[in-house]
Amino acid sequence: MSRHKTDLTDPLLLAAAGAGIAALATGAALWQRRRQARQAGEYEPIATDAPHWTLDKASDRALFGKSLLVNRPRAELYAAWTPERFPEFMENVVAVDDLGDDVSQWTIKAPAGREVTLVNRITERVPDQSIYWQSTPASDIANSGEVRFTDAPAGRGTFVSLILAYDPPAGEVGRLAAKLLQREPEVQARRDLHRFKQLMETGEVTSNASPSARSAESPAEPHI
Amino acid sequence: MRAVTWQGRHKISVETVPDPEIVNPRDAIIRVTSTAICGSDLHLYDGYIPGMRAGDIVGHEFMGEVVETGACSTLKRGQRVVIPFTISCGQCFFCEKQQYSACDNSNPSETRDASELMMGHAMGAAFGYAHLTGGYAGGQAEYVRIPYSDVGPVVIPDDLADDDVLFLSDILPTGWQAAVNADIEPGDTVAVWGCGPVGLFTIQSALLLGAGRVIAIDHFPTRLALAKKYGAEILDYTQVDVREALAEMTGGIGPDACIDCVGMESHGFTVDNILDQVKVKMLSSTERIHALRQAILACRKGGRLSIPGVYGGFADKFPLGQLMEKGLTVKSGQTHVQRYSGELLDMIRDGKFDTVSLISHHAPLEDAADMYRHWHDEQNLYTKIVLKPGLEKGAITARQEMEHA
Repeated sequence: MSRHKTDLTDPLLLAAAGAGIAALATGAALWQRRRQARQAGEYEPIATDAPHWTLDKASDRALFGKSLLVNRPRAELYAAWTPERFPEFMENVVAVDDLGDDVSQWTIKAPAGREVTLVNRITERVPDQSIYWQSTPASDIANSGEVRFTDAPAGRGTFVSLILAYDPPAGEVGRLAAKLLQREPEVQARRDLHRFKQLMETGEVTSNASPSARSAESPAEPHI
Repeated sequence: MRAVTWQGRHKISVETVPDPEIVNPRDAIIRVTSTAICGSDLHLYDGYIPGMRAGDIVGHEFMGEVVETGACSTLKRGQRVVIPFTISCGQCFFCEKQQYSACDNSNPSETRDASELMMGHAMGAAFGYAHLTGGYAGGQAEYVRIPYSDVGPVVIPDDLADDDVLFLSDILPTGWQAAVNADIEPGDTVAVWGCGPVGLFTIQSALLLGAGRVIAIDHFPTRLALAKKYGAEILDYTQVDVREALAEMTGGIGPDACIDCVGMESHGFTVDNILDQVKVKMLSSTERIHALRQAILACRKGGRLSIPGVYGGFADKFPLGQLMEKGLTVKSGQTHVQRYSGELLDMIRDGKFDTVSLISHHAPLEDAADMYRHWHDEQNLYTKIVLKPGLEKGAITARQEMEHA
């Protein structure tokens, strides 16, 4: 192992160098965007068609939005988005309990083996289109969101958008720590949305479970 | 079971690992009867593909017998099947467009993030090829789990031998797609860089698709001899200035279509390639694109450029202005294997392809480490290696009648 650490073409080193370059490029792009935004301040801004969760904004709340094309009809997907089916594709959801009156209690895996409880109320349902929710004061994390189903053009199926706003526990530092541990709500939500797509399109959640010569891994469990 | 594993750069070992298991309803398990080493396995061997982990089972060209099926598999125990190297669900937007290698579901949610960061979109999955493409165990093993087994595997009739059909897994459809992507018109002159197995199938495919002439470029005598046997005119780049020769052979206008079957580890003792090698060593680039540069400069104005050769990242001194000013059309990509399986199997039965004479060696799976070394170091003698699980270590057969070897 140590022999390879010094090898300049070690793939891990290569990946690390790639990640470094990507980070630099991201920094440069952000700086450029800020510079352009300052220049644009001289003009009246024009309303664009960008989804609101993709716009630059100043807010204490973490806002996350992700849209995916799912090759199934809108009504079928809306009907499948029910708490009973969440454990099939939401990996970090331990349980969803119905408390009645459109309020449900979610038990979710959190960093360092802890669990977090969310208590959310569905505030609006637009059949075959949208489900909105808002957390109640009993929730560990204040959050609100929407899952939206819109027809994709040319018979391609449906755009499923998950839009989520929440107060990160322990602020930005906590958020970064959670991200490193892959328990950050954005990472979870993005992966859950992909699993929903897999389940609806193929009938199963994709798994790379297969053997390797790494003794810690099981051929029946997925791995990174 | 026994399996060929990647342990690090230039380190391949055969290990005893757990058997695969059925995990999803559409899965099947096959017992491998033949599995080949691919040119792209050399990119893993040389450590140019990021996202490999020590202990990964490699191999993506394989076939075998169905031994176990999930509840929703359409395969039956005992069937002989060739497995496409691309893993494709068959039901997403891309699969429905028959762009199977772009499948949007086969790369699992756990591994797709890194792939998306690097490429802009997560790539489809493949067997035995790094975690950016799903991290699935490969086919250089005794048994393999096949996801979506109702979509990919090609059922093989009993009268066809393994050697006749094994390459339906990758290099035959890859050569075929390379020629299809060159949009060949009747009578066209097509130049093919690289006479490895993919290049050799590209030559056969281009002629079947109506090319008037195929000009093949390499420097290994055995590989050039095979190219000639399959109907190409040949150029050894150590003997001529390739661009000058191509121009003189086409009345100065250049080939109508140029196909790069070389990819990221181009050979050649030229100034640009030596600079590329230095940059790759210093990690400021991952690609050596000498062949691709030459193809762009050689191609006729308004011609077509097809790139089946594998590249992994950023390239230097890419002749972008030349590409644009000459108005070239570029097509590339991993192979949509499932799209071509049926017609290519029929063409094999009709005797349209020579799928056998490029195989130089049959070797036991147990000898994989030695075979990788030969495949890497002796490319003139070793033109294609087929590994056989179950054979006793050392039971290697080499094809002796190779001319010009």
